Amino acid sequence: MSAGGDGGKAAVAEPIGSARKLAERAVADAHRREWAFVLAATARVAGDLDLAEESVQDAYVAALDAWTRDGVPRKPGAWLTATAKHKALDALRRERVFRAKMPLLVEPDETDMDDTEEDAVPDDRLRLIFTCCHPALAGEAQVALTLRLVCGVSTGDIAKAFLVSEPTMAARVTRAKKKISAARIPYRVPEASELPERLDAVLTVIHLLYTTGHTAPSGADLVRADLVERALSLSRMLLALMPDEPEVRGLLALLLVTDARRTTRTDAEGRLLVLEEQDRSAWDRAAIDEGRRLAVDAFRTGRVGRYALQAAIASLYAVAGSYATTDWRQILGLYDRLLKVWPSPVVALNRAVAVSMVRGPEAALDEIEALERDGRLAGYRYLPAVRADLLRRLGRHREAATAYRAALDLAENEAERTFLAARLAEAVKSGAVDSGSDRSSEG
Amino acid sequence: MAQYGILIYSPAPADPMDITPDYLELLDRYPAQVEALGGQIVTGFALQPSTTATAIRGDVVTDGPFVEAKEVVAGFFVLEAPDLDVALRIAKLNPATRDGGVEVRPLFVPPAE
Repeated sequence: MSAGGDGGKAAVAEPIGSARKLAERAVADAHRREWAFVLAATARVAGDLDLAEESVQDAYVAALDAWTRDGVPRKPGAWLTATAKHKALDALRRERVFRAKMPLLVEPDETDMDDTEEDAVPDDRLRLIFTCCHPALAGEAQVALTLRLVCGVSTGDIAKAFLVSEPTMAARVTRAKKKISAARIPYRVPEASELPERLDAVLTVIHLLYTTGHTAPSGADLVRADLVERALSLSRMLLALMPDEPEVRGLLALLLVTDARRTTRTDAEGRLLVLEEQDRSAWDRAAIDEGRRLAVDAFRTGRVGRYALQAAIASLYAVAGSYATTDWRQILGLYDRLLKVWPSPVVALNRAVAVSMVRGPEAALDEIEALERDGRLAGYRYLPAVRADLLRRLGRHREAATAYRAALDLAENEAERTFLAARLAEAVKSGAVDSGSDRSSEG
Repeated sequence: MAQYGILIYSPAPADPMDITPDYLELLDRYPAQVEALGGQIVTGFALQPSTTATAIRGDVVTDGPFVEAKEVVAGFFVLEAPDLDVALRIAKLNPATRDGGVEVRPLFVPPAE
């Protein structure tokens, strides 16, 4: 059911109700697909993010009536952009006398452009993304602005996803927008020399969105699918805009391969299943294949960063026929490389799990104890959880029970708590059967 | 162009007479670096050590800086720069960032009538 020509009539013979439905669907579709494009282009004309946002919202409202009446245009994004730009310019003309002379959204000067020999692609969406993820904004503000401005998610929905009240989230977004205009955070893609650092901030925001959705730090549902979908589509958008950046490829690879296991991470009752217990036949093979291909491409560039390395590790888990036959040696090798480019104690903790599979739980326990002495992971729920699991595998049930209790004290996610409580009960029972003996042969 | 106040923080008491020769040399080079990066210093001042400061809160007068901290304001300058990215690049080169730090704060411009 397509429109005739440019702005042509769509299915004039159909009753009004149906035309309305078509328009509604087209508007919803354009909101999901084209929001960033429309807002980014409008922001350049408006010179102010607030005005741009308002104009784009008005354009979407206008689209509903116009498209019901005239049919859905062939290029909805272009229609919306033209309409939003018009509205912004009208508002600027009306308010010119009231506005400060200074443009609120800073665009690079012509001379600025000449300074850099290899300027990145001047796609407006990229400018928008880099402005939202500017390091001068607080991390939580970067995330909120990206969802609000790049994805068009309502402030209320962002607040729900991050478990804060709507006024709190609204204040966060407003403060960030005000800083962009008051401090003149420029609306541009960073120069080549700054790109690695600035791109890392963008990737961090997308990854954080994903992990927040993937394992909600608290609340009843383990997965908040909407955030996961947003992160995936942002990651795809970024790859389309920056096809030559291996880490952009690496991030999408990581998200795809991790997400391929989404439906198998909990059972029918919402209980958490560990990797060993998951139904491998239900994993999304197409997503795994796409992720692996992207990871391989990223490795071919020879500029391997932390996202490509994590994607490669996740791929090895995903292609193994079973937990036991996973290529743990190669995983450990990749973790060694990852630890070099990203010396984080969380990486060291994950590496310890690989150590336990290659050299045994005893060797891994040494690594855990080193991490405990290090202190940076104090309060991190997975540290006692991994320790508990290693002790369980060594048959040291009473020590395992203590570690499970420590992990339970720190876990807030209901699915994780249920899992830990069950393991604790097992450990207590086995500990009692051992009647005080700390060591028994592993089952 | 926008104007930013750059506040220089140094370990208390931030006595300008204690500045080392190599720090001085970095300071000497700074204005040229500012211009090379596309900025301009409009005006700037160094302050006497924080031990010479007097704070007033309400009607209570006390000896010392307003906020007791390990680092104190050692001076400030007004920078003109096209945008925050340029201002931050310039601020990062300030020698104070070695053992203290700087704060970049846009100057308030009253909205036009």
